Amino acid sequence: MTAQANTSIARRAGAIIMAPVALLARAFDPPLRMLQKFGGTNVMAAFFLAPNMLIFGVFVLFPLAVNIAYSMTGGNALFLTNREFVGLDQYERLFDCGNYLDRQTCREDLFWTAVWNTSSFVVLQVSLMVGVALVTALVLNRDLKARSFWRAVFFFPVLLSPVVVGLIWRWILQRQGLLNFGLYELGFEPVNWLVERNWAFAAAVGVSVWAHVGFYALILLAGLQAIPKELYEAAEMDGTKPGRVFWRITLPLLMPNLLVVLVLTLIRAVQIFDEVYVLTGGGPGTSTLFLTQYIYEVGFASHLRNPGLASAASILMGLVLIVLTLFQLGIVRRNDRRGGK
Amino acid sequence: MSRVSSFLLRRRGGTRWDWTDVFTWFWLIGGFILMFGPAAWLVNSSFKTPAALAEFPPTLLPYVTELVQVDGYDNALPLYEVTDENGDARVLAEVRRIGIVAQMVDPANPQEIIKVSIQDRTPRRTVSFATENYVEPLVANDFLRYLWNSVFVTVMATIITLLTNSMAAFALSKYQFRGRSTVMMLIVATLMVPLSVIIVPLYSVISAMGLFNSLWGVILPTVATPTGVFMLRQYMLTIPDELIDAARMDKASEWQIYWRIVLPLTAPALAVLAIFSVVWRWNDFLWPLIVLSRRELYTLQVGLNTYAGELNVQWHFILAMTVVTMIPVVLVFIFLQRFITTGIAGAGLK
Repeated sequence: MTAQANTSIARRAGAIIMAPVALLARAFDPPLRMLQKFGGTNVMAAFFLAPNMLIFGVFVLFPLAVNIAYSMTGGNALFLTNREFVGLDQYERLFDCGNYLDRQTCREDLFWTAVWNTSSFVVLQVSLMVGVALVTALVLNRDLKARSFWRAVFFFPVLLSPVVVGLIWRWILQRQGLLNFGLYELGFEPVNWLVERNWAFAAAVGVSVWAHVGFYALILLAGLQAIPKELYEAAEMDGTKPGRVFWRITLPLLMPNLLVVLVLTLIRAVQIFDEVYVLTGGGPGTSTLFLTQYIYEVGFASHLRNPGLASAASILMGLVLIVLTLFQLGIVRRNDRRGGK
Repeated sequence: MSRVSSFLLRRRGGTRWDWTDVFTWFWLIGGFILMFGPAAWLVNSSFKTPAALAEFPPTLLPYVTELVQVDGYDNALPLYEVTDENGDARVLAEVRRIGIVAQMVDPANPQEIIKVSIQDRTPRRTVSFATENYVEPLVANDFLRYLWNSVFVTVMATIITLLTNSMAAFALSKYQFRGRSTVMMLIVATLMVPLSVIIVPLYSVISAMGLFNSLWGVILPTVATPTGVFMLRQYMLTIPDELIDAARMDKASEWQIYWRIVLPLTAPALAVLAIFSVVWRWNDFLWPLIVLSRRELYTLQVGLNTYAGELNVQWHFILAMTVVTMIPVVLVFIFLQRFITTGIAGAGLK
């Protein structure tokens, strides 16, 4: 009864808010009728596509094309027309190393530090993320009461903004924070989490897993629930051991989803920036400086500013991402062909 | 007692507990603490005064030292419980402290100064919520401004996203025209282009359009989401074409078909996209950080990061403002979480 009353109130409020919008939409009608009369359906299709594609074009496709040109210019001028053409100098500069095994000998050692940090981050974070997401999905797939509640529990941090995530953990990991208090109570020495290089890196990995694992667990859970129950019943009737059921039924049938999750985490890990930037600011020193932060700082921070160089670095990162995305699309297409999800 | 425990440990089907059950509950309860604990601790800490925040070990509740007005003293004095040599406990107010000796007075008899070693006294404390942590940054600092900017960006971007994405989805699902698959390919391709790859040239585009240091410069590049176009197109494909043909027979214009027939039928998908868009835009950080350099234009996320990056971090304000920044997303989580989770489980998008 009250629920009905509520919806009718909501509907009426909605109608009041929408009234001017509806009026506006009606005002659009006569000129659009004219357009339709003279142009026909094709022009109308173009009309409906135009706003979205215009924004796409101006803010995504055009910058993308310009980026390639941009990376071949030097100097500090903002607009492409004022910039001097330098060919592949920026790329040469990025790859200019005395000894390729030692990043200290590179001209842009900061870039290689970022590449090295990002690579180690990707390896650690992706394996941890996929592992934790898989265990969480398996746990959530059990015969639980209130499964949607537990699913929501793990999903909660996914919605938080990176700034909030970074600040929450900065507060907990600070020298006098909750974690050190816990350690102190258990009789351990407190650790200066965000000041010691290795711990700060570990914190970056851990916090980013914490923030996103619920999302991937959800995808894996959907995959687990799509596995036909009959397979498990048959295995049970044959007296198959649970471990064998996992390796022979669950894992092979989950593989398509697992691959999607793997590639998605890879793509996201390569671009890691905001929550770590808020958490550690790339420090201590450069121990948590990642590629996106390098691009951001070289592109915009005053002391290092060199937009052409940032642009070249971003194109290199883009190439890695394109390879990963094509790989992902390939997996999705193969799954579709097999009639799976 | 054993009946209680056997009731609690009883399982469906009468099978015994094995290690997987123990592990399941360990994981769920551990997950509950780990996922909600940090945010709960943030909210808890945000009600503490700077003095209480600096305490180690931290307390669970926000305590403050009780103050009392004593005749003959202008400022309110902190109250302490003092135990003297005889073991008697008294409540005294501290006038000043010199080294390890505190000069104290009895509030009932303020003429006589009593000297007490600071080891013999403990502050008398009460629970009090430091709401000024919230009020001050909102009123005295610019956070109300940041809040407004964030709301403006989120609302405008969501409205434009819904409009342009649904129009494009309508064209891509209900019209046959040359180049339709090219357009779809183009949209797929943009999925591959994250912001971080194009920030440098995008910044010059924004500057050339005079949108640097403008909230519209934050809004416009984000609104043409490929995910949104996809989602709405998939949904619109399920709307029968006969409905549209019938409307055309009745001399409805194409605009009317879009506005009065297709759009209302797409409402569920639009609602999901609206939720996504609100969360995305509210949480955006890198792009606003680049476009906005004037303080009065900051969004909450950028403002918060700036405050947290200052040399002298005022944690009591930052914690409170982090809670404020979290509120809309927590509301979405409480009321609309199931739409998002089913949306992701169905389409695998974010």
